Amino acid sequence: MNALARLAASSLWNRRGTAALTVFAIAVSVALLLGVQQVRTQARESFANTLSGTDLVVGARSSPLNLLLYAVFRVGDATANVSWKTYQKVVRHRDVAWTIPLSLGDSHRGFRVLGTSTDYFRHYRYGRKQLLRLAVGRAFANEQEAVIGAQVAAALGYHVGDSLVLAHGIGEVSFEQHRQHPLRLVGILAPTGTPVDRTVHVSLEALTAVHLATEETTGTASPVRNLTPPAITAFLVGMKERSTLFMMQRALNDYRGEAVTAVMPGVALQQLWQLVGVADTALLVVSGFVVFAGLLGMLTALLTSLNERRREMAILRSVGARPSQIFSLLVSEATLLSLLGAISGLLLTVGSLALLRPWVEATYGLALALGMPGRLEWAMLAGVVIAGALIGVVPAWRAYRHSLADGLTVRI
Amino acid sequence: MGQNGHMHAIPAIHLQALRYAWPGQAPVLELPTLVVSEGERVFLRGPSGSGKSTLLGLIGGVLAPAAGSVQLFGQDLGALSAAARDHFRADRLGFIFQWFNLVPYLSVLDNVLLTTQFSRQRRERAGPDPGQEARRLLSALGLTDPALLARPVTTLSIGQQQRVAAARALLGRPRLIIADEPTSALDHDARTAFLALLMHEVAAAGATLLFVSHDTSLAPLFDRTLSLAAINQAAADTALP
Repeated sequence: MNALARLAASSLWNRRGTAALTVFAIAVSVALLLGVQQVRTQARESFANTLSGTDLVVGARSSPLNLLLYAVFRVGDATANVSWKTYQKVVRHRDVAWTIPLSLGDSHRGFRVLGTSTDYFRHYRYGRKQLLRLAVGRAFANEQEAVIGAQVAAALGYHVGDSLVLAHGIGEVSFEQHRQHPLRLVGILAPTGTPVDRTVHVSLEALTAVHLATEETTGTASPVRNLTPPAITAFLVGMKERSTLFMMQRALNDYRGEAVTAVMPGVALQQLWQLVGVADTALLVVSGFVVFAGLLGMLTALLTSLNERRREMAILRSVGARPSQIFSLLVSEATLLSLLGAISGLLLTVGSLALLRPWVEATYGLALALGMPGRLEWAMLAGVVIAGALIGVVPAWRAYRHSLADGLTVRI
Repeated sequence: MGQNGHMHAIPAIHLQALRYAWPGQAPVLELPTLVVSEGERVFLRGPSGSGKSTLLGLIGGVLAPAAGSVQLFGQDLGALSAAARDHFRADRLGFIFQWFNLVPYLSVLDNVLLTTQFSRQRRERAGPDPGQEARRLLSALGLTDPALLARPVTTLSIGQQQRVAAARALLGRPRLIIADEPTSALDHDARTAFLALLMHEVAAAGATLLFVSHDTSLAPLFDRTLSLAAINQAAADTALP
């Protein structure tokens, strides 16, 4: 067997041009497969970690997914608001540890504006229960101040001390701007890889003030203004005891004063991933087929070489090679090619990840892990090599038939 | 006749009532009997189409006869399994073909040593260092230049390639050398030189030689001459293109 493996290696080395191309094709397809798998794992993890440590997300009556989309991912709009009165009832409930109000609807140059309270900086957690961290400056302290996410700062080139104007509604270009109430930027958050990075945070009072300023005609503002909002879009709840969570969820969903929906974010995130996950499973299947195509390329190369190698097989037979050894020779060649392809593919993946990592993290907030491949990745690589060896059975079988028919003299 | 002329000695090759047909075709070979004594050097005259390739395949144990028996050194090949026949061939037979004798991706030395990869017996009989024995055979056949041995085999001349093939066939002292038109691709001078070297090494190894060729001018160099067309009863009435 050792002698056969050496023969196979020498034979491939002799055809190193074609062999290198075959290995390269397999390597690229394997790199694609591993890359997709890596991004998939990271995306799922990052997705599931968008929000953590929050027990309930509460908004106006809607589907849990819709609530999660606008409250956590800032995608889409709420159909209705939750009244301030209902919110205050929850805030004052004896089992509730903390709440974070969320008020959405405005934007700043394409980025969503979130009205909230300073509890946001005390209780909002993401990833592995990490709190938000300010990279520069401090949290807002009054209705004149704003804090922006890392991507907003990077995209707009903002620095602490700049002033910004909010626009009503969302979208890059909004004609209705709240110019009468500019806000001062006091803090920039460290990147989180979550929608927080793309959010402009202001206090609830700031939003009310902005809207009041727009409604009032210049100069007639009353000196004493009530900045408490009449309603908010949604709110997050942290319970004192997890045991009271289900009771609280049921109480909110059955609340007669107002139609609200309370969801546990973990469950809803999983449901949402099942929707999004279809696309990424499709991506994995597609890259699986690309690997198959790479291996088919190898099959073609081996089959084409067979006819010109009939003489070589006859020589090997004359020095005593058994037909089964001719068979093994070709399976060894296929195995060796796919092994080299898998190894090069792994190196290609690690190399490209190392190169692309800073860019992906800066652009998409996805933290791609470097390090050794996991058990699943090793299984994939082993699968590629095994598939390659199995595909090698086709040319091996043909060479086996040839060597039986040809004997010591090639008859064509 | 050869040095071993006793009637009771076991012949190197003993074919009896041998018949072979390719699937779906008329028989190409029908040999009532053919005996080659051990140590004998036999010239077998066989033009193409005389069933020569078939005969060599049968003696090599690569083809199985439709009827009759092939006995080499007293061993009936038909009594052996296919794998055992392959083993038998690797251990006892050395082949030299007309051309394309060498595996293109192996060095000269590795081509010569190829037999030792498939036969432990040949490896052991090649001495403690088969590589050295291979170099000895190559130099005995006139291939001494180390630079030549390092070159890819495909860049060697036909004459050089045939000598490498001869060295491979002789390595590990197989008891039977079968040469299938080994000189037909060579010019006259190279032919004579090659043959002299081959005869010398075969004699030194004490091997039996079955030399197949259509070039009758070589026949006087051998102990005995046989005409395949004359002894093959199938060829007599089979017109081949």
